[in-house]
Amino acid sequence: MIRSEILKEIAPILRDQLVVCNIGIPSQELHAIDDQPTNFYMLGTMGLASSIGLGLALSQPKPVIVIDGDGSILTNLGTLPTIANNVADNYILLIVDNGSYGSTGDQPTYAGKKTSLAAVAQACGCENVVECQAEDTGAALQAALDSGKMTIIVSKCESGNAKMPVITMDPVVIRDRFMKAVQAS
Amino acid sequence: MNIDKKITDDLVANDISFVTTVPCKQLAGVIDEIDAREDIYHIPSNKEDEGMGLCAGAWMGGKRPAIIMQNTAIGVTVNTLATLIQYYRMPLPMLISYRGELREPVACQVEMAVHTKALLAQMNIPTYHFHHQADVEELDAILKYTFMCNKPVAILTDANFWGGYGDQ
Repeated sequence: MIRSEILKEIAPILRDQLVVCNIGIPSQELHAIDDQPTNFYMLGTMGLASSIGLGLALSQPKPVIVIDGDGSILTNLGTLPTIANNVADNYILLIVDNGSYGSTGDQPTYAGKKTSLAAVAQACGCENVVECQAEDTGAALQAALDSGKMTIIVSKCESGNAKMPVITMDPVVIRDRFMKAVQAS
Repeated sequence: MNIDKKITDDLVANDISFVTTVPCKQLAGVIDEIDAREDIYHIPSNKEDEGMGLCAGAWMGGKRPAIIMQNTAIGVTVNTLATLIQYYRMPLPMLISYRGELREPVACQVEMAVHTKALLAQMNIPTYHFHHQADVEELDAILKYTFMCNKPVAILTDANFWGGYGDQ
């Protein structure tokens, strides 16, 4: 299973939630599969999806799901101690761990070699860390939402990308409709 | 006048309730003051670009954010400022310790000080420089300006403003 197949499978769960989606092909895939005003697409700034999502979760009560990648987490590894030490129980970090930098040509990451991001998250102090296979991502995500506890999910999947168009929506439009969705009751 | 308290009071008066910090010796007092205030959620970050991500999320969640950091962070955050804060048009007051200016004891700090204003100017970031203690009187207006125009705004605070480094 590759990332786009996971996103297709979890789209019904994501639809009603605030979602912050990682830069590059992950955002393009989510946008093509099920564009929603509750989706915040990152068009630049690799690595910051987990930080943006944490700031959002700490500032309002709705659940926030961050769709991140192993490469982006490695880029901003300092995010995991910050997450662990600022617990927001409405925060779920879903790391789609395909062991590669998908948007740049599937170069291998260290997460696909000796480094376990689940173990790193635990060592940083994150309390609810779940590692699952790609096929079980939907169940793990739903369980995390139901638990009402801050959860880090590391979903191990295969490397590969679906061919999707680039997002041409203006960033201020993405941000404005997202903020309206955050404020909607 | 207690500068640390005055700065924190201005943040609170402008409804800033989410502050991320990367420490600096000169900023230690204001960071302590922010940490002690119940009106402010203080979230230390490990790197300044991470902190800007936190601030972007907080703002979209309905809170007014601010970041406190050293001027060396301008070198770290050029991409984040351009592709997140400016591209999505978000307000971000940046209270910056301007190391490497007059009364600086550490030579290496000068190496980023000479690039600081040039980088900020290149990025069209409104920039204010507090050199004397009285300059802090403008902070309230600068914060209002930041949230009026939805831009990152830099407030450089040098060693003279903070009263030097003491005996070194």
